[in-house]
Amino acid sequence: MTSLSVTPPSPLPSAMQMLFLALACLSAGALLPLVALGRPRLAQRLGVATGLAGGVSGVVAAFSMLISGTASDLALPWTTAGVSFALHIDGLAAFFLLPLFLLVAGAALYGSGYLDATAEGRGAAFHWSFLNLLALNMALVVSAANGLVFLLAWEGMSLSSFFLVMHAYQDPDALKAGRLYLIATHLGGALLIAFFLEAGRRCGSLDFSAFSTLRSLAPPQALFFFLLLLVGFGAKAGLFPLHVWLPDAHPAAPSHVSALMSGVMVKTAIYGLLRMLSFLPPLPAWCGLFLLTLGMAGALYGITLAMLQDDLKRSLAYSTVENVGLIFLGLGLWLYSTATGQATVAALALTAALFHIWNHSLFKGLLFFGAGAVQHAAGTRSISHLGGLLRRLPLVSSLIVLASGAIAALPPLNGFISEWLLLMALLALGQAATGGTAVLFLLLTALLALVGGLVLLTFSRLAGLVLLGEPRQRGALGHAPPAAMVAPMLVLALLCVGVGLIPGVPLKLLRGAATLVAGTPAAVVLPFGPLWGFCGGLLVTGAALLVFIAHRRAAAGDARRPTWGCGFLRPNARMAYTAGSFSELAATTLLATPMQPVVSATPTTCLFPTRAAFAREAPDPVLERGLAPFCGQLARRAYLFRKLQAGKLDIYLLYMFLATTLLLAWAMVG
Amino acid sequence: MLSHLLPHLILLLLLSPLLTGIITRTKAVIAGRRGAPLLQLYFDLAKLFRKGMVVSSTTTWVFRAGPVAGLVVPVLASLFIPFGGIRAPFSFNGDLVLFVYLFALARFFTVLAALDTGSSFEGMGAAREATFACLAEPTVFVIFIVLARVSGSLTLDAMLSSLQSHIGHPAAGVPLLLAAVCLFVVVLAENCRIPFDDPNTHLELTMIHEVMVLDHSGPDLALILYGAAMKFFVMGALLVSFFLPPQPTDIVTETTAFVGAMLLLAVAVGLVESAMARLRLIRVPQLLVGTSLLSCFALVLLLR
Repeated sequence: MTSLSVTPPSPLPSAMQMLFLALACLSAGALLPLVALGRPRLAQRLGVATGLAGGVSGVVAAFSMLISGTASDLALPWTTAGVSFALHIDGLAAFFLLPLFLLVAGAALYGSGYLDATAEGRGAAFHWSFLNLLALNMALVVSAANGLVFLLAWEGMSLSSFFLVMHAYQDPDALKAGRLYLIATHLGGALLIAFFLEAGRRCGSLDFSAFSTLRSLAPPQALFFFLLLLVGFGAKAGLFPLHVWLPDAHPAAPSHVSALMSGVMVKTAIYGLLRMLSFLPPLPAWCGLFLLTLGMAGALYGITLAMLQDDLKRSLAYSTVENVGLIFLGLGLWLYSTATGQATVAALALTAALFHIWNHSLFKGLLFFGAGAVQHAAGTRSISHLGGLLRRLPLVSSLIVLASGAIAALPPLNGFISEWLLLMALLALGQAATGGTAVLFLLLTALLALVGGLVLLTFSRLAGLVLLGEPRQRGALGHAPPAAMVAPMLVLALLCVGVGLIPGVPLKLLRGAATLVAGTPAAVVLPFGPLWGFCGGLLVTGAALLVFIAHRRAAAGDARRPTWGCGFLRPNARMAYTAGSFSELAATTLLATPMQPVVSATPTTCLFPTRAAFAREAPDPVLERGLAPFCGQLARRAYLFRKLQAGKLDIYLLYMFLATTLLLAWAMVG
Repeated sequence: MLSHLLPHLILLLLLSPLLTGIITRTKAVIAGRRGAPLLQLYFDLAKLFRKGMVVSSTTTWVFRAGPVAGLVVPVLASLFIPFGGIRAPFSFNGDLVLFVYLFALARFFTVLAALDTGSSFEGMGAAREATFACLAEPTVFVIFIVLARVSGSLTLDAMLSSLQSHIGHPAAGVPLLLAAVCLFVVVLAENCRIPFDDPNTHLELTMIHEVMVLDHSGPDLALILYGAAMKFFVMGALLVSFFLPPQPTDIVTETTAFVGAMLLLAVAVGLVESAMARLRLIRVPQLLVGTSLLSCFALVLLLR
């Protein structure tokens, strides 16, 4: 049944060797902190060292793989499971492994400054163990070449991240977030198990190398598989409307875990989808249209709710829903244009989606790291209470401004490149089509522009209110982030700028992955050439510098005075614009009623002011108005079955008797 | 065409403040006043550049970056736009996306600079600017799409220089005229003219752009005023290329026609400002949404 292709482990190829080293480090990292359970500081040191070593060697492995472009395999016999423990890294796997290991190394370093081991106590050992376990399982998901290995790693990834989300388990919100996450991720996982069982039955083996027989599937079965995969992986990726767990789970976790989950864990689901799609026969065009509609809806929905959130990390989590929507928009465009035979546009759309996956890992990792630093320094995540951090933490805050610019796709940063590719794919489709199809794609372009405008609104609000002005409420002041937290942020920021300025290099690196996914060589050449960054960047910085110098000279005699107080004699920081007021105009003019934030306020009725309260919340409409009532109904119906559990022995004996009789009858008939 | 870089920049840098003077003069003449000199903005800029600055003690580097971005971005964006006979110095397939996102860059820093002061007044302006941009940006994209469909190209230079031969064509003429109307509204909205915003009043609670730059003074304010004048010039150049004479002649005639058309545009804006009152703030989104719908209608007409 199983084909064991055993290669001796000694003459491993170099990329595979490095990957093996990385996996070994992370496995050690999952165990060693537990050995030092009673000594939190030692446990933390062990966890950080192994995570860092694993991340760095993994980055080397993925990078050398991307450069050399040759796939390498590893297959060890695994007799208990009856399959081979098979790993396979090619261009596509390495494409996902690179940001993964980069963020793992960053998160390990960042976490060493973020977590206070002595305060955590025994929790520190568990945290580091689960963090390394999560990293290990994510790497295994991406490099698995066998369905069983994939599913086991997938489950390991879900469980270890669940325990990381539950880090603050005393907090009822974290408990609720963890429960929702566990349910959502296992509902998706169940569909994946169904897929692999069915695919394994058809192909005779769970090895991915045998899955190529799926290419001869009849269209209805292929479609069925596609939908299974879409829901199964979509639940993990945060695809609208399966995203409901994401905005709760990401804020509940510690910031470096949020960065890992948001930056790379949701991408492993996209990896899974792409890998499995490469085994399926070509899909009809409407699958692409379906996918891009979901993507566009998710992008609009995610960014709208991101704009309304008061919690900094919750806003970032909704922005992840938006970015995942953009990635799926790109993938949908790719499927559609492949099905309609437009190869150039297909390559453009696929490259846009892949490029955005990298970009999002970079700037969202940076933003979550930044959010953690903000929380560390100010002791709160509420945007309405924050403010004025740029003067206290100049470097970290400037990096957050940069990341906000990158996520808003401002040139010349990295976000602009993928946004440009995506818009060009849409425009090219619209230019080539006629009639209604053309209107559809051109209106999608306008919607994407609307999303762009909303992203700018969301992130100028986030950066402007958190970092600038005066602190809106004096909170408990924490300490400035240590160097271990700033260093990974600096690396990510440099990459954001570098990728934006020299987009030709990452474009060349992801060509291998695009070719593997598309099945045909998919090369996209940027018309502005790889050197646009040098020209554009030099122009911008040159001009900015010139003006700045002229400025400095003119400003030698600057007077510093307080901001004009709008006519108030004693203006204070609590009169400043808050998160709610900044997005209020957009919420009232742009949003439909179901999307509006929920406001509860006591109106002032009498002449003399009495105690009043005002609260504004933006709960998830899909969860609050759709899924939660539906599941509540379902649960009430399911209560009817409780009558079967009467708690009396004679009734249970009757059940057993009936079951035995039925089985006997079945056995006799069958 | 890099050889056009120098005349292009000279035209932009020297001529843009004049347009503001013409608008003010038109309004004065209609109101029966003599009005400020046509070159008033040049005098203002020269005066402001020599002055010192008062900077809010709350602010950081972001506050200084706002005016710089506001000045640099229109210059960069102008490099993709032809000025009559002077072709765009840079152009590539898809530069229209870069054009739109460059202005987003300026907006990002202007909004942040406003929030940097910590004043709720400026926060209000910043929120309005960011919100209304969400409505104006899709319209700009739809207008560009109409132009792209008509000209079959995705470079601004090719799109705009071939427009004149299409506008007389019956199938493309009506959509193009509708697109021009939409573009005119967007030019007014993006450049803070009446009926969206009144550049003459700083201290009314309903202002948008003028509110955001309230705490800037001296050279910073000069950068903002100069940047705003150039932004008007660049966006006006987009609109003007719809109506330039169709037959390509020599570069001098074409550029003269372009400059003349720009001056006429300034007069037209002045006339609109004299004839209309500023809209109530709640009407502004309605007008912008209406413009978006009109531009979509133009697109549907073109594709039918």
